[in-house]
Amino acid sequence: MTLAALFFYGFASVCVASAFMVIAARNPVHSVLFLILAFVNAAGLFILAGAEFLAMILVVVYVGAVAVLFLFVVMMLDVDFAELRRGSLTYLPVGALVGVVLLVELVLALGSWVVTGGVTRNLAAPTPPLATLTNTEALGLVLYTRYVYFFQIAGIVLLVAMIGAIVLTLRHKPKVKRQIVADQVRRTKASAIEVRQVRPGQGL
Amino acid sequence: MDQAFDLPGLYPVLPEIALVGGAMALLMLAAFGGARAAGASNWLAIVVLGLAAVLVVATGTGKYEAFAGSFVLDDFARFMKIVTLVGSAAAILLAQESVGDQARGQYEYSVLILLSTAGMMVMISAADLIALYLGLELMSLALYVIAASERDSLRSSEAGLKYFVLGALSSGMLLYGSSLVYGFSGTVGFAGIARALAGGDSGIGLTIGLVFIFAGLCFKVSAVPFHMWTPDVYEGAPTYVTAFFAAAPKVAAMAVFMRTATNAFAPIVVQWQQIIVFVAIASMALGAFAAIGQTNIKRLMAYSSIGHMGFALVGLSAATPEGLQGVAIYMAIYMAMTLGAFACILAMRRADGAVEQIADLAGLARRSPTVAFFLAMLLFSLAGIPPLAGFFAKFYVFLAAIKAGLYALAVIGVITSVIGAYYYLLIIKVMYFDEPAPAFEPMRGELRMVLGVSGLFVLLFFIYPRPVVEAAALAAKSLF
Repeated sequence: MTLAALFFYGFASVCVASAFMVIAARNPVHSVLFLILAFVNAAGLFILAGAEFLAMILVVVYVGAVAVLFLFVVMMLDVDFAELRRGSLTYLPVGALVGVVLLVELVLALGSWVVTGGVTRNLAAPTPPLATLTNTEALGLVLYTRYVYFFQIAGIVLLVAMIGAIVLTLRHKPKVKRQIVADQVRRTKASAIEVRQVRPGQGL
Repeated sequence: MDQAFDLPGLYPVLPEIALVGGAMALLMLAAFGGARAAGASNWLAIVVLGLAAVLVVATGTGKYEAFAGSFVLDDFARFMKIVTLVGSAAAILLAQESVGDQARGQYEYSVLILLSTAGMMVMISAADLIALYLGLELMSLALYVIAASERDSLRSSEAGLKYFVLGALSSGMLLYGSSLVYGFSGTVGFAGIARALAGGDSGIGLTIGLVFIFAGLCFKVSAVPFHMWTPDVYEGAPTYVTAFFAAAPKVAAMAVFMRTATNAFAPIVVQWQQIIVFVAIASMALGAFAAIGQTNIKRLMAYSSIGHMGFALVGLSAATPEGLQGVAIYMAIYMAMTLGAFACILAMRRADGAVEQIADLAGLARRSPTVAFFLAMLLFSLAGIPPLAGFFAKFYVFLAAIKAGLYALAVIGVITSVIGAYYYLLIIKVMYFDEPAPAFEPMRGELRMVLGVSGLFVLLFFIYPRPVVEAAALAAKSLF
């Protein structure tokens, strides 16, 4: 058994185990932490496969942003997950059936999978050999040239997501007091201070 | 390195660029122009849609490709894009005042419609699976948002959430299918997939991929058995949003369905034909039977649209140029009828708010005979009674099915069409013979305009059908 195989089995088994713990853990915070562990191990698998760019992106985006966001949501919202999960056992048979059907299909499909000459000839942008280019460079070469169209549409999809978030959540509350810096700066001595004569023995 | 694009290469994409650029300009205007600009944004959005339509027409005829074949502009794309743009513009017209009514300054509505329409155009022109998926997501994401846009209404939020969850599921299926197809053919381009399939040895993986892709697309056209979301979303969403849902997105989804089936999977036509035949029969039957018991007119329109998608798929299952010509004609006529019907539904409004029960239409003929007449014509047309446009729509698809030897399918189609006529006629009976219900408020100008145009189109189609029929024939030919 080579070292790479050892690492592969290590990453893979921890990944599967922590993925299981994500749905099995009682405490939702623990679930999210296990999710992070699963992501990191998946990143390790990507590195073993020679896809170091994907590995880094996975860590940066999923661990760095998405999982932390999940943590915030889980901690901020007071959701009783045990209560939510109570009914889930009743759906288990149906869920298991769907899972088994998908598994059988995957096995059937992948069992018949062979890399024929046709497949390799069809490849739109074959990966250059690792010796000449790292895959970060290889992605950079095609992402903004050959795939600029998809890149732009993905950008527009994100714009729609942004507009959607604003449309669905932003509420203008008229009673909220806002800080208006210009007004504050424009205040002069004349508008801010009033000088009154206070007579002795009397109040204002 | 192949040169991916140069400036003249962007020429066929100009309509999409105009739409997206227009949407961003409107956003800027709304952000900096204040309340006055918001009022104009609906009209400006219609202008942008018109500009895009002009740009589509200006490309003339012939087939152009852009972005290394991911984007294709042919006669089919032109036809479908024009229909879609008209549908979106009409939807904005229908929404014109309803949006203002709520006095929330929802100028995002027209911006989201523009972006959603851009997604539809990307879908219609998609010649590979990535473009297909991205266009679909761009369209759907905007739709989820506007379905939930009435934030204070529980039903609207429920509709948006339901649509989002089920839509995400269908996108997942589509992606799963796409990844299988990519794994077995080595390419995401439609032409490449067809080449791989034609080389024989398609393998079970490609077939499973095909089934999943079709499942995802069936969800978007709301064909049985992926229709469950339709009645709830139609009923829950604000009516002007429902009017949009029923028109343009259906056309775009059907267009992408047609292109995928005939361009990418042409060599295994036998395999997908049986899927489409089943889906068509199930949709027609459900559309006919499930609509009978409905009392809410928006739910009724939902079942009606499911049924109509079934009829349109009859044409696709023929898998011949005549069949696809039939589908193209069907979608154009369906859109005109639906928009007209929704103009009437939007006019069902009393002083205390909008109503949507069929019983509220009672005696409409005595209160406003013109509206009742137009609505009756549209319903007759939806039922497929000659000489109205809806009859010709069904005529072309059934004719194509018979020519392709699918006799059973055509017979079932005619039978379900007769059953479906029952509930359309029931509404007409309520309008003309029942004791009048309290009167509605007067109809707005924009609604009158949409109703008038679609009503006249439906009434007069049989006199001069040539432009639509010939354009559809050209469109269908360009797919083969």
